[in-house]
Amino acid sequence: MLTKRIIPCLDIKNGRTVKGVNFVELRDAGDPVELAKIYAEEGADELVFLDITATNEKRKTLVELVEKVAEAINIPFTVGGGISTVEDVSVLLAAGADKVSINSAAVRNPKIIKEMADEFGSQCIVVAVDSRRVGDKNIVHTHGGSKPTELETEDWIKKAVELGAGEILLTSMDHDGTKSGFADELMSKISSLVNVPVIASGGAGNMQHFCDTFTNGKSDAALAASIFHFKEIGIPELKAFLKNNNIPTRI
Amino acid sequence: MQVAVIKYNAGNIKSVMLALKRLGLEGNLTDNPDEILNADRVIFPGQGEAKSAMKYLKERELDKVIQSIENPFLGICLGLQLLCSHSEEGDTECLGVFDANVKKFPNELKVPHMGWNIGSLSEDIIFNGIQSPAYFYFVHSYYAELCDQTISETEYMLPFSNVLHKDNFYAIQPHPEKSAEAGEQFLKNFLFEL
Repeated sequence: MLTKRIIPCLDIKNGRTVKGVNFVELRDAGDPVELAKIYAEEGADELVFLDITATNEKRKTLVELVEKVAEAINIPFTVGGGISTVEDVSVLLAAGADKVSINSAAVRNPKIIKEMADEFGSQCIVVAVDSRRVGDKNIVHTHGGSKPTELETEDWIKKAVELGAGEILLTSMDHDGTKSGFADELMSKISSLVNVPVIASGGAGNMQHFCDTFTNGKSDAALAASIFHFKEIGIPELKAFLKNNNIPTRI
Repeated sequence: MQVAVIKYNAGNIKSVMLALKRLGLEGNLTDNPDEILNADRVIFPGQGEAKSAMKYLKERELDKVIQSIENPFLGICLGLQLLCSHSEEGDTECLGVFDANVKKFPNELKVPHMGWNIGSLSEDIIFNGIQSPAYFYFVHSYYAELCDQTISETEYMLPFSNVLHKDNFYAIQPHPEKSAEAGEQFLKNFLFEL
């Protein structure tokens, strides 16, 4: 049976992990490669690297990082952050990334999704969507969730999948950072709307929240950052918990 | 040990080369028939589309090279599908090493079948030391039917061939190079135990 995936997300700036990381095993808590290896050994199903570097050197440091990660780990990983062209994707896949995720660039220019999917296959094109509740609507936001667009989340995701998105990484900006659980109502709605996997993001605070998003939210995978980095939840204990709750899990 | 990795117009070669490196081997990415025929092990990876891949192989007569290889040979993902008799993808005649046909998944569940799923284990040496349940990482929209050469099955909507074996030919649908411990052990067995 296909299992539900647990995905730690690492924020990267200038080739280093940002936000605090609380791993005593790490010699260098800022080294994404070391952190990635530990997560892979602990049983993470996949990793996401989100590059938030804003300098001109961005691409070079990111490609170097992708090469090191690809060499070090034996599970799939996705790279995102500022990817906007077919050439960007080509370089990252050639460096060893399994998938790339695009966000603002796809909103600005939706047909880039099709161009990327035609060139590399849908399976490696993840469209990341930041959604926030505005009135009674779910509205797509860009620029790290700060800028509202005209797009309703449901419409945009449907369109992105039609254009060739192979997977949706959906972050609820309302839930992000609250530790109150994933936005399961939204996740469930989106998961039923499209025929590609949906990764839930934003709001993980305890192990039950993961269970909830896999059942009530119909999510295919769940992504979290700080609760893993600060060891509030260990991946082995989370997976044991999911298994005990009859969620198909790789252990 | 010489490990040839067949170079053709299908992606995802890099991760196979890196997996070999983790196991202390330097893969030789090549489309040179002599290098392929003389290698101790040949890996036929790939992610892509069946019809254009077969066309590419035929134009370079790599189809005949593959069929005549006598050393241990491993097809991965699209590599497995191309070793079957026929693929629904582009209505493509394939290499015919295995008797299975390749079909598209029905649309009941999400397609592609993406993520970690269980492969059954059998007595074959290729599964030595792999613990049950064995999880592998899959990304595919087409599957090989079960046939006499199926030595491991996986289920997604229906049971399909996870691993096929005939003489010196092995093939695996998921990506062992991305399948953590189980995948690494599988590759080790292929490289060092056959």
